[in-house]
Amino acid sequence: MSLQVVTANRLRDGIVVYLAADGGWRQRVADAALALDQGEAERLMALASAAVEARLVVDPYLIEVVEDGGLVRPSRYREVIRATGPSVETQADLPSAAE
Amino acid sequence: MYRYDEFDRDFVAERVEQFRGQVGRRLSGELSEEEFRPLRLLNGLYLQLHAYMLRVVIPYGMLSSRQLRMLAQVARRYDRGYGHFTTRQNIQFNWPKLEEVPDLLADLATVEMHAIQGSGNSIRNVTADQFAGVAADEVEDPRVYAEIVRQWSTLHPEFTFLPRKFKIALTGAGHDRAAVRVHDIGLAMVEDAAGEAGFEVIVGGGLGRTPMIGKTIREFLAKRDLLSYLEAILRIYNQFGRRDNKYKARIKILVHELGAEKFTELVEAEWREIKDGTLELPAEEIERIEAYFADPPYETFEADDAGYLAMLAIDGAFRRWATSNLFPHKRPGYAIVNLSLKPLDGVPGDATAAQMEAAADLADRYGFGEIRITHEQNLVLPYVAQRDLHDLWRALDEIGFATPNIGQVTDIISCPGLDFCSLASARSIPVAQRIGRRFRDLDRQFDIGELHINISGCINACGHHHVGHIGLLGVDRKGEEYYQITLGGSADENASLGEIVGPAVSYDAVVDAIEAVIAAYLEHREPDEPFIETYRRLGAEPFKESVYGKESVHDAA
Repeated sequence: MSLQVVTANRLRDGIVVYLAADGGWRQRVADAALALDQGEAERLMALASAAVEARLVVDPYLIEVVEDGGLVRPSRYREVIRATGPSVETQADLPSAAE
Repeated sequence: MYRYDEFDRDFVAERVEQFRGQVGRRLSGELSEEEFRPLRLLNGLYLQLHAYMLRVVIPYGMLSSRQLRMLAQVARRYDRGYGHFTTRQNIQFNWPKLEEVPDLLADLATVEMHAIQGSGNSIRNVTADQFAGVAADEVEDPRVYAEIVRQWSTLHPEFTFLPRKFKIALTGAGHDRAAVRVHDIGLAMVEDAAGEAGFEVIVGGGLGRTPMIGKTIREFLAKRDLLSYLEAILRIYNQFGRRDNKYKARIKILVHELGAEKFTELVEAEWREIKDGTLELPAEEIERIEAYFADPPYETFEADDAGYLAMLAIDGAFRRWATSNLFPHKRPGYAIVNLSLKPLDGVPGDATAAQMEAAADLADRYGFGEIRITHEQNLVLPYVAQRDLHDLWRALDEIGFATPNIGQVTDIISCPGLDFCSLASARSIPVAQRIGRRFRDLDRQFDIGELHINISGCINACGHHHVGHIGLLGVDRKGEEYYQITLGGSADENASLGEIVGPAVSYDAVVDAIEAVIAAYLEHREPDEPFIETYRRLGAEPFKESVYGKESVHDAA
């Protein structure tokens, strides 16, 4: 079975987060707890459901990840974009926006 | 422009406080996400790929400089310093925090703006020709009726929970710049034999997964009957539109399944019941609304400005911009100025807070403080004296809004795509940017002439790909981004849906494919023949052959 992690959006600001091994929610996919089997995936999703109840996150779900040279990254490009932000330079990156 | 009365102002303020309470209850856990979702959607707030997204409505795409400055302030205070103008003449903020949205909405309310009916199965923001009231080719100013439709449709108790979302567009000109034939209802102002202005009523157009061109169900509707007729259409839709299947719930499916004739009979029968009732528009009410859209205090010019003509003759870069980005104004000595939000390597439709503020200042200095948003995701200053054009052009160039490409190959309509949207199958923006780089040479763009490329990142078609002369639809093929190419679409008075020309092409190959399409056009066009005419004259074959090679034409056929 492939590696999986749990992702969601943080309730108060909507930012993409990943469930870490200590039960916290982090912004980097590299910090996510890895589920190696179905049992572990279910355990992580149970933690995520509790976090929904606790009003920390919204809409949690499992995604597949791959380990690539010691780095963890999502396998689907949709999730890569979700993990790393827009693939294009946005206006926020330009000097004129930052004043 | 229309100004809120006390009732409007109180209502919007109440609505902000109501939503503040709802957000508070969501954050405190009294409301679950399931309970909160429909409430936030009624206030234009989505949860997207990276964050929440707020869609602020801009009725018929018309803004005062004061409002544009507030949008800039919102971008800076609550977002990441920019906003995205959309194909529905609205603006979207990509990064607001849920906990701050009530304050954001309260700030917007101070300039008579909100996000109500920016989402949900309601009548959405009414759109109109961006040149309304100033176009040289206009029968009458459609903003008056767009405003009347806006007032009627806002929180209409009968139409707040329709089978699906509902979009209405108006044009007052013979040349349709508002895409009225691909809306749920399109209203085109026409004159009857007696020279009286009224509406051609077009119903059941739309894009998305089942694109359709609307059907004219009434050739002429008198102005006084506008609301009663719309009410009749909406009633028939509300009663018979499908609620069992989201993908068959739009009015276009109902019109298609019943047939335009049967649908029209139902509407006319309903209309006869209500036509001379409370919804009849008295002439005084039309006049009252007209007063909000009175002409600005124009100066009187007899003819073209001599200084402007002289600058055109000596300044080639200015001439190129004037040729591409100006449109004829109804008043002598004035011009309609398009501000391109499609710079090289930019994001189509994006503007920074600083750019918005600069544009607001320029509108104040040169354009009676008014700005329009186009469904092609550009801005317009509708009232600029020719005398000021050269100065304005230099100022626009400084803020990056003077790219001379309106209506040309790099003036691309693009949805946010997979870079922002949770529904998307593929990216749109970087494809637009790669096409922009390939065709960056201004002489080449100019030589290619009028050509609309529209890109959608998924079947929902926010990027209007079906009605692009060249349309690109992003699809997911086994985890890879691919793009289906359609040709021959058009959103104007001769609306047509693009035809798929062959198998989808990869992200890497898509720009070459576009170039091949354009090469075929350049090879086969007759003098002064625009792309769409060449396509209509020749059909898809030479274009298919150019993209896929000779063999594939027969395979695909």
